[in-house]
Amino acid sequence: MSAVTSPARQASSGVSAKTINRIVIYGLLALFALFYLMPLFVMLVTSFKTMDEIQNGNMLALPQSPTIEPWFKAWGETCVGLTCAGIKGYFWNSIKMVVPAVLISTLLGALNGYVLTKWRFRGHTLVFAMMLFACFIPFQSVLLPMATILGSIGRFGASLRNATGFNFGLGNSTVNLVFVHVVYGLGFTTLFFRNYYEAFPTELIKAAQVDGASFFQIFRRIMLPNSMPIFVVTVIYQFTNIWNDFLFASAYAGTGDVMPMTVALNNVVNTSTGVVEYNVNMAAAMIAALPTLIVYVVAGRYFVRGLMAGAVKG
Amino acid sequence: MRLCAGQFPTNRYWDEPMSTVAETTIKLTRGPDTRPSATVRSRLQDLLPKIVLAPSFAATIVFVYGFILWTIYLSFTNSKTFPSYDITGARAYQRLWRWTFESDPPSSWYTSITNMGIFGFLYILICLALGLFLAILLDQKIRGEGVLRPIYLYPMALSFIVTGVAWKWFLDPGLGLEQTLHQWGWTSFHFDWIKNKDFVIYTVVIAGVWQASGFIMAMFLAGLRGIDGEIMKAAQIDGASTFQLYRRIVIPLLRPVFLSAFIVLAHLAIKSYDLVVALTSGGPGGSAWLPSNFMYEFTFKRNEMAVGSASAVIMLMTLTAIIVPYLYSELREKPR
Repeated sequence: MSAVTSPARQASSGVSAKTINRIVIYGLLALFALFYLMPLFVMLVTSFKTMDEIQNGNMLALPQSPTIEPWFKAWGETCVGLTCAGIKGYFWNSIKMVVPAVLISTLLGALNGYVLTKWRFRGHTLVFAMMLFACFIPFQSVLLPMATILGSIGRFGASLRNATGFNFGLGNSTVNLVFVHVVYGLGFTTLFFRNYYEAFPTELIKAAQVDGASFFQIFRRIMLPNSMPIFVVTVIYQFTNIWNDFLFASAYAGTGDVMPMTVALNNVVNTSTGVVEYNVNMAAAMIAALPTLIVYVVAGRYFVRGLMAGAVKG
Repeated sequence: MRLCAGQFPTNRYWDEPMSTVAETTIKLTRGPDTRPSATVRSRLQDLLPKIVLAPSFAATIVFVYGFILWTIYLSFTNSKTFPSYDITGARAYQRLWRWTFESDPPSSWYTSITNMGIFGFLYILICLALGLFLAILLDQKIRGEGVLRPIYLYPMALSFIVTGVAWKWFLDPGLGLEQTLHQWGWTSFHFDWIKNKDFVIYTVVIAGVWQASGFIMAMFLAGLRGIDGEIMKAAQIDGASTFQLYRRIVIPLLRPVFLSAFIVLAHLAIKSYDLVVALTSGGPGGSAWLPSNFMYEFTFKRNEMAVGSASAVIMLMTLTAIIVPYLYSELREKPR
């Protein structure tokens, strides 16, 4: 473009300056790629090394004699606190917590978004604003009351079990965490669906109503089949958030067999008894990171869209 | 609209005017629906949306706003290990106030809020600068952008705990970077911030920036791609250099992205808790604490529930001061 104003300069030094420019840009980009990849690389390489190699070798060197022993040890043998049965139990704890929490919060979010855009009532903006604000609060401000309530529910569950032999899930840590994540995830899921349905043609719904379709029929037949992308976005967003949560997990399921993966990982790494097995720690960290990383690799586009939707537009 | 109001009570909830297409449909089909049960059913249909929304809204009222009030209440009691419900005035706040301004040696609250200032400022500033810088670089018609972008962004998918574990290893003087550089011959290299109580908070900044800057890059990149190419072309024809182009035209146009990115980062910074725990275990003598860590420790470990609650209230107030004006401006009915 600058050729228009200064053709002479462009001709004389244009090519070489431009080449240097490109080299600098690519060099910087590659440097930053290294910065972002380094910790993952170190973690991955270390998890395949023997302890001997870690103590005597270079952090960045590839493993001389790769072994997947640390991975097996992390999965099935390593000590979390006083129990030494690996992290597999905690991995499943997380799965058992994540799946219902994601499904329930997403479905409720879809219904809320549908109501807030297509069945508006007086004060719908206020209702939405109040739900939206809830996703921004520091959870420290609700942590203690929730702990108190969960404690009471747990005691009620215990007496219920004494009376009937079954506690109906009351006081179960996984159930508690599912509940907590649904409640505090609703703001985001509602936001996602509300913004998506806002752009959905209202005429279609009106036409269906005229044809006698009910509230739920419209939702099932018209809204749901057309909301696949936002479902994927929301599920991924919720999955990542809930899987990665540490605060609620450590407050409400911070000890014993009920810990989710993040808490267990933190305990593995900070266990101070005996020799610290760095390779096992790194393998455990990789196992904890894998589910969200896989989701990211498989559906990165939707992951980014979710982050953006949570950030850009209220 | 008025035409069908009696027959289809739900329609009064539509606040946009109906399109002509829909209106024609209504005229054609309005006849048959005059069954006797129609009023009861339609009243139920009328209420159904509210019934569906009610549980979520009620949960928000109780578990968010109710619990916030509960926390505020507790902060005005003298609760220690167990909640007590006798109001004893603002003692907890007075203690925090004293710890902020009058304590020597520095209290853990003073450390926490100072750390919040350092961490918040550097984290937001570096993430914005780095994010914008990378986005501008990536916007220069780069071959392989599709490979680079996910590499910059993937840390956002990791848990803070994993990030903390990885960086703890990487920054450990005996194992990580320092050791590696020693082996490569740079034996005078010394980097022990993670074990140093005065510098440990900066390692939290490093790990935090590593995790979030890629996402900020993605936000800026989306913003850059949204800028009208014609404006850029016009400026170039007028003889603007690349630097001038970005400084005078592109960056001012990105103002809304700056705002969103700031909100996201401020919100992440105030909520940061896990990273400090996993990366530093609180640092030597709690020197890496943020207010979130202070709250957790005082409430659940040091049996100072009232003080913990008061610190939570202060965190909430800070975030509210940032978020509410933003949400208000975003949600305000735009004039049509």
